Amino acid sequence: MIFVAFRMLIGDRAKYIGLLFAVAFSTFLLQNQSSIFSNLMKRAGNQIRDVTDADVWVMAPKTDYFDQTKPLQETDLLKVRGVPGVDFAVRIFKGLPIANTRSGHFAACSVLGLDDTTLVGAPRNMIQGDWRDLWKPNSVIIDKAGYLLLFPGEELRLGRELELNDKLVRVVGISDALPAFTTFPLIHARYSEALTFQGRQRQQLSFVVARPRSDVTPEELANRIERETGLKAMTTSRFQWASVSYYLKNTGIPVNFGITVVVSIIVGLVVTGQTFYLFILENLKQFGALKAIGVTNGVMLMMVLFQSLLVWFIGVGFGTALSATFFNISPFVIQLRHFILFWESAVGVAAFMLLVIGLASSAGLIRVIRLQPAEVFR
Amino acid sequence: MNAVHCHQIEKSFGTGETQVKVLRGVDFTAERGEMTFLVGPSGCGKTTLISIIAGLLGSDSGKVSLFGESLAELSARDQILFRRRHLGFVFQQYNLLPSLTAAENAAVPLLAAGMNRKAAVKKASDLLGVLGVGHRADAAPRLLSGGQQQRVALARALVHEPRLIICDEPTAALDHKSGESVMELLSSSAVHPDRAVVVVTHDNRVFHFAHRIAHMDDGIITHTETNTASTPSH
Repeated sequence: MIFVAFRMLIGDRAKYIGLLFAVAFSTFLLQNQSSIFSNLMKRAGNQIRDVTDADVWVMAPKTDYFDQTKPLQETDLLKVRGVPGVDFAVRIFKGLPIANTRSGHFAACSVLGLDDTTLVGAPRNMIQGDWRDLWKPNSVIIDKAGYLLLFPGEELRLGRELELNDKLVRVVGISDALPAFTTFPLIHARYSEALTFQGRQRQQLSFVVARPRSDVTPEELANRIERETGLKAMTTSRFQWASVSYYLKNTGIPVNFGITVVVSIIVGLVVTGQTFYLFILENLKQFGALKAIGVTNGVMLMMVLFQSLLVWFIGVGFGTALSATFFNISPFVIQLRHFILFWESAVGVAAFMLLVIGLASSAGLIRVIRLQPAEVFR
Repeated sequence: MNAVHCHQIEKSFGTGETQVKVLRGVDFTAERGEMTFLVGPSGCGKTTLISIIAGLLGSDSGKVSLFGESLAELSARDQILFRRRHLGFVFQQYNLLPSLTAAENAAVPLLAAGMNRKAAVKKASDLLGVLGVGHRADAAPRLLSGGQQQRVALARALVHEPRLIICDEPTAALDHKSGESVMELLSSSAVHPDRAVVVVTHDNRVFHFAHRIAHMDDGIITHTETNTASTPSH
């Protein structure tokens, strides 16, 4: 009877394709929106994630997220270094100067000033150049998106010049840095040079990044630093989530995406659920005839289950393929670089669609089970 | 032993003031090797009676036995299995599955009984050949004429060789010529010494096919006549 169920399902091509489209597009919409939202939020912590050399971030007390910094004193670095369990601790400067090009283009840039000696936090994913070239005088590394913003329509080429606060620097590398939440170009420079890129303040040290010795966990070290210095210390992971959490709480983005996701869920429920439910109702007479002939409710259940699982499998498969295609194409759009389809989103949406189809088929199945086979005589 | 024996069947629908008593103590029998017609005006209870005989509907009181077996004494599952094994149906509107071919439609009772698809369709195709629609075995029902669809429905009713065939207005949707043709086929292929055929109809043009005609009115069998001039069936 599985064969009969299959033929009943695909018998009306238009309805069958409509059903698959409803499932596929609901799947695509949900996976797409939830993944874009997650990717966007993840960007709030990307600059922290990109500093792969350090496990613990130390900052001024009351700091909420990465883009909000209050300068530390130089002596704070020494205090951190003095905490037992610290393998190394180095300074990081974070500024937001204006970069100008010879052609007149300019943009506010997110500058990370790295420890002159170790270059801890230098970008490791390079498109052109070598991060070690930062040791050369007047050198910066800029991310690809920032380069394209400052040098629109021009090919990627090293040696170009930027002017920051009347200081001329040369691009020695183009990185594939993870995109930040803001769209500012991301510039890496040595600490001593980065300080000159914007007006000088009395204190300039934005963060201290540290790594624990092998016998100390990052969490333990962060606790020790907080206890012994009075500064705020977080592991890389915790700091990322704190930054993500800040944007979640203080921007309208979650509400916007939330509405889209909720609407997608409703559309998914209504369109997919109703389409499948109507499909069963339209076949009620046929199910009645089968019952009269002697098909048991158990076999009916199996038939409807088979139909729903097939629709789910093909529809979600198509939808996920569409999502995967979207996220495979998206890296070619610079604004969408590093966007991925989260497996959690793919699996979660697939499970949700299974629930929707399951509910719809259950509702239809109740009608089938309750159907009096004598109805076929009427 | 009668093929079908109904004794004092009563059936009502609704409750309280809206209750309608459809069957008021029906006594009905159908013999093996015969085609028994159940005739009467619309709303007299014919369809309700055959639904009860087929085990598709329960009666309020009375007793139904098919080939000596009381359906009421069987469990719900056994009733379904009994129906699957021993009953064949021909419906007024054919009730063919539009997405299956004629042969596949005719094979449904065999598939429901668990027969292999290929073997079931082969057997059904052979039967369609006997019924004169073998050349349309691979056609979808929508491509068949009314008469051809009813032949496919007849094949579906016969394919698993049931002992009782119940037909509900089998000629109502057909023109006179097609109706005659279907009844001839029913008479020649369905009537069998160990099988009974019960036909509900109000098409008096086909009454000559009946061996016995039970007249029904207002929920009771008013009289039964034996048709000695019935068209020979076998």
